[in-house]
Amino acid sequence: MEKILALARKAASQAEVFMVISEETPVHFEANRLKHIQSKQSAFVALRLVKEGRLGYAVSTRSDNAQELVDMAVETSRFGMAARFELPLPQSYPEVPLDDPKVTAVPLETMIRLGEEMIARVRRHTPELLCEASVSRSAISVRLLNSQGAQAAYHKTVFSLGLEGSLIHGTDMLFVGESQSAGHPLLRPELVTDPVIEQLERARESVTVSTGTLPVILSPNGVASTLLISLMTAFNGKTVLQGASPVGHRLGQPVFDRKLWLWDDATLAFNPQSRPCDDEGVPSQRTPLIEAGTVSNFLYDLQTAALANTISTGSASRGRGSLPSPAPSALVIAPGQSGLEKMMADIKEGLLVEFIMGAEQGNVLGGDFGGNVLLGYKIAGGQVAGRVKNTMISGNIYELLKNITLSRETKWVGGSLKTPYILFPAISVSSNS
Amino acid sequence: MPTISEAGEKLSRILKGTAADFIEAHLEENRASYMTYRGRELEAVGRTTSSGGNIRALSRGGWGFASFNSLDDLPGKVALAVAQAKLAGNETSHLTPMAPTVKPDWASLNDSPVDIPLAEKKALLDEYNELIWSTPKLKTSVIGYGDSQKRTLYLNSEGSRIAQQRADVTLRLTAIAAQDSDVQQVGLSLGSRGEFAVMKNRHREIAAMAQRAVDLLAAPCVNGGEYTVVLDPVLAGVFVHEAFGHLSESDFVYENERMKEIMTLGREFGPPELNIVDSARLPDRRGSYEYDDEGTPAHHTYLIQEGKLVGRLHSRETAARMNEAPTGNARSINYHYPPIVRMSNTFIEAGTASFQDIIADIKEGIYARNWYGGTTSMEMFTFSAGEAYMIRHGRIAEMVRPVVLTGNVFTTLKNIDGIGNDLHMNEGGGCGKSGQFPLPVSDGSPHIRIRHCLIGGC
Repeated sequence: MEKILALARKAASQAEVFMVISEETPVHFEANRLKHIQSKQSAFVALRLVKEGRLGYAVSTRSDNAQELVDMAVETSRFGMAARFELPLPQSYPEVPLDDPKVTAVPLETMIRLGEEMIARVRRHTPELLCEASVSRSAISVRLLNSQGAQAAYHKTVFSLGLEGSLIHGTDMLFVGESQSAGHPLLRPELVTDPVIEQLERARESVTVSTGTLPVILSPNGVASTLLISLMTAFNGKTVLQGASPVGHRLGQPVFDRKLWLWDDATLAFNPQSRPCDDEGVPSQRTPLIEAGTVSNFLYDLQTAALANTISTGSASRGRGSLPSPAPSALVIAPGQSGLEKMMADIKEGLLVEFIMGAEQGNVLGGDFGGNVLLGYKIAGGQVAGRVKNTMISGNIYELLKNITLSRETKWVGGSLKTPYILFPAISVSSNS
Repeated sequence: MPTISEAGEKLSRILKGTAADFIEAHLEENRASYMTYRGRELEAVGRTTSSGGNIRALSRGGWGFASFNSLDDLPGKVALAVAQAKLAGNETSHLTPMAPTVKPDWASLNDSPVDIPLAEKKALLDEYNELIWSTPKLKTSVIGYGDSQKRTLYLNSEGSRIAQQRADVTLRLTAIAAQDSDVQQVGLSLGSRGEFAVMKNRHREIAAMAQRAVDLLAAPCVNGGEYTVVLDPVLAGVFVHEAFGHLSESDFVYENERMKEIMTLGREFGPPELNIVDSARLPDRRGSYEYDDEGTPAHHTYLIQEGKLVGRLHSRETAARMNEAPTGNARSINYHYPPIVRMSNTFIEAGTASFQDIIADIKEGIYARNWYGGTTSMEMFTFSAGEAYMIRHGRIAEMVRPVVLTGNVFTTLKNIDGIGNDLHMNEGGGCGKSGQFPLPVSDGSPHIRIRHCLIGGC
């Protein structure tokens, strides 16, 4: 890395080298049986430079060919965007505990037993359930150097559990599932089996729901599969800068229900999305996005922030080695006052929605969502009456988020979103069952 | 670090001496470039080079898999994959035997899109972006261009050694119109198996796309509910891919007794006019190849013939487990992933009806065109149109906001009651499954008509 930086400095006014090395070991079960054990090692090095005021960028999986990497980055700089920022100076980063050596020490045999136990537990409840399961551990090393002298290096561990089950009667199919991940070993199978068993319980009966406008509760999984993509696009500084965000010109204004609080936090200990600094060396922080329904911040990286005359929120993310771009880390929606049961109690006819299929396919920018209820339950007389099928819900999140009720209970969805259940009093429901 | 040819030499010796029921290696070298516009300016331009590989071993029905970027310590990687397979396996391995294929050298690839000067690519994209921006009331644009060229080398313990290469070009343009808090967008996706020229001369389509985004601001919403829907070839291609193609992938079926009952060959799925094919052998499509990632030659597979289920897509393992012939559909997006059962080029064969025939007797329906996306849960599917119009009394009427369509595959295929004579393949899509996205595929169809299709309102 030092060699790449040294070569790049000869060709460019600013340069930054970013390297990620990772090793993931997933154990997969299919059709209730152990099927695959894998080991995935990957490494890439990315060079970003500023030459004659313009950004150049190149990525390679080989760190032993520094000159080729520099040449490629220089070539692209002829066409790159004008760089509007200075790379960060050396600075201190917040202490964010991310590395638990116990993760990589979990033996394969233990991971296999965990998978077997997950499957056995849900099949004790529903013997005919056909399961896929995965147990995975990974270790990631990130290093960053720049021509200003800044340096960052950290290690992160992630442990994940996932379980999906299917139940088929004739051509009728039921899909249930849950996943969890964290920076510590997750050695308790009930973390995923309890929610799956709850889904199976709620889906025991098949019922039909009316077409019309009904109260709908989105579970934490439901929130993730309907609202999240639109919100994340809207609060991305790039979308805002482009004038394409429906909330871009509403900073400081009340846009949502006053009960809604949303923030992005890259500093949570042992969260898979956390890190001491972002992917261009800016310190991590907790960034409020919605405070009491008011739009309070957008997410920025260095370049986007400079173009927007503001400062980076430490949100630069590289995806799979691409140029840094603003992205959320872990999102948190604050809980409300009501218990889930109390929220359901007042509903004569409505839905509790767990998974929506296809919600990300609509006009995400405009906040429209619409999708098939892959797993959802009818609420009748204040209680879950059974599973609905052949049902779509649709709406616009900017309309719907003006009037919500949030549950006291919250849950992590896959390590990237912590949210309560959210009740919307009126959502368009279409059903042909 | 060694080249993949040098690594291949070493590996072919190591594989011969390794004890497992089956073992294979994939090696790959990849070069790519991309350009992204967000708004008026070119936002990102970059180049990548990548090399790596994987070893996959089968022992007593269990698979071990080790993927890597470093081509050093190959014996250690083979040993790791074999040890994992042995730990995972506790029954009998099933894999259709295959005669070894030797195709040792890469053919020379004449015009790699990666080697076209960035300046030439940028000049074309600049023209398109100016065109979008010259549309009155248009807010902004997003353009993503990417090209890649890869060489792969496949080796296995049966003695196969197959060198292949492919190039890929994709271009996605989105025009965004906004008024107050209302934001509307229209996209166009283009793709080609390595031909940059396919991206040229698209000015008229792109101007029309930008104008449509502006027009959508004034377009009304459709009420949710059941409609007779006519799909254009692009959207019908997405429909056949989502609604039926994924269901044909045997890895969902081979260990699932209930799915086997549903997918019994001979079962009636649609009207007698319905024929559905998956073929990696179509010339020069994005989903085409000569050998799949298990060394099986590509096939032309009928999935539905005259409305009845007649075939499905296989890897060597699913074929052996179901006692059927492999179809050459084991594919991976790159060396970080093991091959799994995937589609290639999937399409509904042309029928006889003209477009006029198809819409003539529809009193009130929806004409849905172009795609936004699609997904499936096997039984249920949803896919979204990029454009939609009302059909009134046999004529295309006003434009409406784009719609999301959903349904149950088993009833929806039976509800197809019109198949056009205008088959067209779309190259602009990428398929995702089990975390492997985007896999180059193409899909296609003529215009089709579906009764009782559920549409989400807005």
